[in-house]
Amino acid sequence: MLNATPADEPYAMVEADDALVRFIDVQKTFDGETLVVKDLNLDVADGEFLTLLGPSGSGKTTTLMMLAGFESVTQGDILLAGQSLKSTPPHRRNIGMVFQNYALFPHMTVEENLVFPLESRGATKTEISEKVGRALEMVELGDFGKRRPKQLSGGQQQRVAVARALVYEPRLVLMDEPLGALDRQLREVMQYELKRIHKEIDVTILYVTHDQSEALTMSDRVAVFNDGEIQQLASPSDLYEQPENAFVAQFIGENNRLMGTVKEIQGDQCAVEIEGGHVLASAINIDGIGARTTLSIRPESVRIDPPEDGYPDRFEARIEELIYLGDHLRVRVRTCGHDDFIIKLPRSRETPVVEVGQTRTIGWHPSDCRALDVPD
Amino acid sequence: MTEASFPSDPTFTNGGIPLKVRLVKAERRRRIRDICLILPLFLFLTVTFVVPIVSMLWRSIDSPEISEVLPRTAALMQEWDGSDYPPNETIAVLVEEMLAAREGRTLGKVAKRLNYQNAGYRSLFMKTGARLSRAAESDGPEALLADPNLLARFSVIDPRWENREYWGILKTAAPPYTAFYLLQTIDREYDTEGNVVRVPEDFAIHVPILWRTVFISINVTILCLLLGYPIAYLLATIPTKYSNILILLLLLPFWTSLLVRTTAWLVLLQNEGLVNDLFIALGIWDEPAQLVRNRMGVYIAMVHVLLPFMVLPLFSVMKRIDPYHLKAAASLGANPLRAFLKVYFPQTLPGLGAGVLLVFIISLGYYITPALVGGPTDQMLSYFIAFHANTTGNWGMAAALSLTLMVGVGIFFAMYQRLIGSDNMRMG
Repeated sequence: MLNATPADEPYAMVEADDALVRFIDVQKTFDGETLVVKDLNLDVADGEFLTLLGPSGSGKTTTLMMLAGFESVTQGDILLAGQSLKSTPPHRRNIGMVFQNYALFPHMTVEENLVFPLESRGATKTEISEKVGRALEMVELGDFGKRRPKQLSGGQQQRVAVARALVYEPRLVLMDEPLGALDRQLREVMQYELKRIHKEIDVTILYVTHDQSEALTMSDRVAVFNDGEIQQLASPSDLYEQPENAFVAQFIGENNRLMGTVKEIQGDQCAVEIEGGHVLASAINIDGIGARTTLSIRPESVRIDPPEDGYPDRFEARIEELIYLGDHLRVRVRTCGHDDFIIKLPRSRETPVVEVGQTRTIGWHPSDCRALDVPD
Repeated sequence: MTEASFPSDPTFTNGGIPLKVRLVKAERRRRIRDICLILPLFLFLTVTFVVPIVSMLWRSIDSPEISEVLPRTAALMQEWDGSDYPPNETIAVLVEEMLAAREGRTLGKVAKRLNYQNAGYRSLFMKTGARLSRAAESDGPEALLADPNLLARFSVIDPRWENREYWGILKTAAPPYTAFYLLQTIDREYDTEGNVVRVPEDFAIHVPILWRTVFISINVTILCLLLGYPIAYLLATIPTKYSNILILLLLLPFWTSLLVRTTAWLVLLQNEGLVNDLFIALGIWDEPAQLVRNRMGVYIAMVHVLLPFMVLPLFSVMKRIDPYHLKAAASLGANPLRAFLKVYFPQTLPGLGAGVLLVFIISLGYYITPALVGGPTDQMLSYFIAFHANTTGNWGMAAALSLTLMVGVGIFFAMYQRLIGSDNMRMG
């Protein structure tokens, strides 16, 4: 599945020796009938920020819980720093964890919450006060040590949860949708915050979310989960620009999907017959001539009144609806048998003026049109 | 308040009225509504609960018999200093009033009251009354009252009158209010000089009963806690569809009368009962074990009845504890024991406190269960309250014991309040 590995992606290929965590042929079932995680192989590099992204029920949280030790591994093995975790109970794994609802202990103050893991490890008094102070400083909550979690806002509780997972300096921290309970604005602030902390203390973070923008913002690499399998493991830019299958293309960002049949393949390009004509597309994930394929075109790659040169794929489209979104204009057009074809026009002087009811020519570059598989 | 004020003053309205005054006015309607909502219950409780209880407790210090039936004697007795014997004139007044009381058939009331303080006083007093009235009939009352040495005459009727103690009792029982009953509950009494002293060893029964009551209650509470905590934990952690069924089973006994349940234990636990038969059949023991009519029976039955009062508050608190807390504790490096002790257990304290308090206080007042399944040495305070009220008709003593029980419960509640605080208590 992995084919594009640009040199500037530090974690594109993880050597087994560099891996802090290795999932080896891991399978998980709860009922003995269906596999929640199907044959998972994943290496997490030391110091990496890796996100497991997927819809609910895709197996990403189960994967995290198996690593933390709260779910058993049905088949296969998980290695942490080269050691099998099979017979290590959760409290001996030395993995930090941030839960979705924070799981702060309500009967303890913020400080006591942070002292708890250090005490569990038998740290000395001076060590404890030093580390707690440093952890609170790191999340900018230096003055809140004496408060109880209930007296803090959601964002502050979130910071405490992060500080608590980091205070004993684990090499690996797991985060299970840690920003899910925050409002949008706060979530964005916390995303940058987490990214900053990750850089600052050089810890490996395995992050679970269903929010793709969160995954793209923070991660070094993203593993897109669906149906218990990794669909694609790549850097955020690769995921968005070079999705390898229809699921990833659909899940990451917005895309227009046109169904067609492959007529001809030439190198990395192919000709596809769709309703209303033929198009040239990049052959990414197709079964050969005569096979059905999903064409994926990002809305921002589509141009209205494209120049003659370099835009062989051209169609007539009727403007159905315009939505003004400030930085861009969202245009819904009827073309190629679809009435939900979306075009994003950036707000600039060069942007052509469009009106509802017009019929205009639209087009895109073949490299922006990816011929992918047909999901079942 | 009515002075004109600057409109800029924020504590006044634009019209110059203080904001607080306006607020009270604005909230008045709501307050009246609130009062109307609780008024019916308040009246009901006052009539059916507060008034009877207060009047009942009043009896623990109420001692009207002598001052009602023998008013002049009672007054004169107060003047007598308690040394030697009462003066002859006082005894003459006593004789006169005793004769009148015998006529009016109220002498028995006084005799009964005096009997509380000294068993045997009733027969002495009634016998003296009868002899005096016979003497009055034969010699004429004037002659009797004119007797210059009535004390000697009394001694002839019964030599016990030579014992100053009997006169002393007459004096201490005379006032309309008395601490006699209350002192009795802690095994104290007045001596003839009016000092508070211990009652003789053989009569000191109440303090041991008090301690027994507290002791049994503590043990029942501990047993309920040990048995109830794991049950509550199970109920709180299994899926709701199962826990609902189990809670229903837990509450099932409440739909049966307490009397029936206790009697059922009697049937189950007796020597030829199911439990003994089963255990003998299984070879666990060879001959019937004494499981009932002793302390064992009291514990079994009381724990059975009171267990839900422990489980329900614990359950409701445990249900609210985030199941992720234990996972978080484990991920933070705490072994299961430390996670339980430091993270889970402290969060169950409000429910634990409520359950302990409930079970303990209900235990303190337990009556039917110990009465039926306990032996004579297993009876608790309430049994003696009932005994005094139903069997001996000694309402003063019944009221005094009730008051002691109430004060005891109050003390324990105050202690609890001090240690944990009722704000932190969760009943359900």
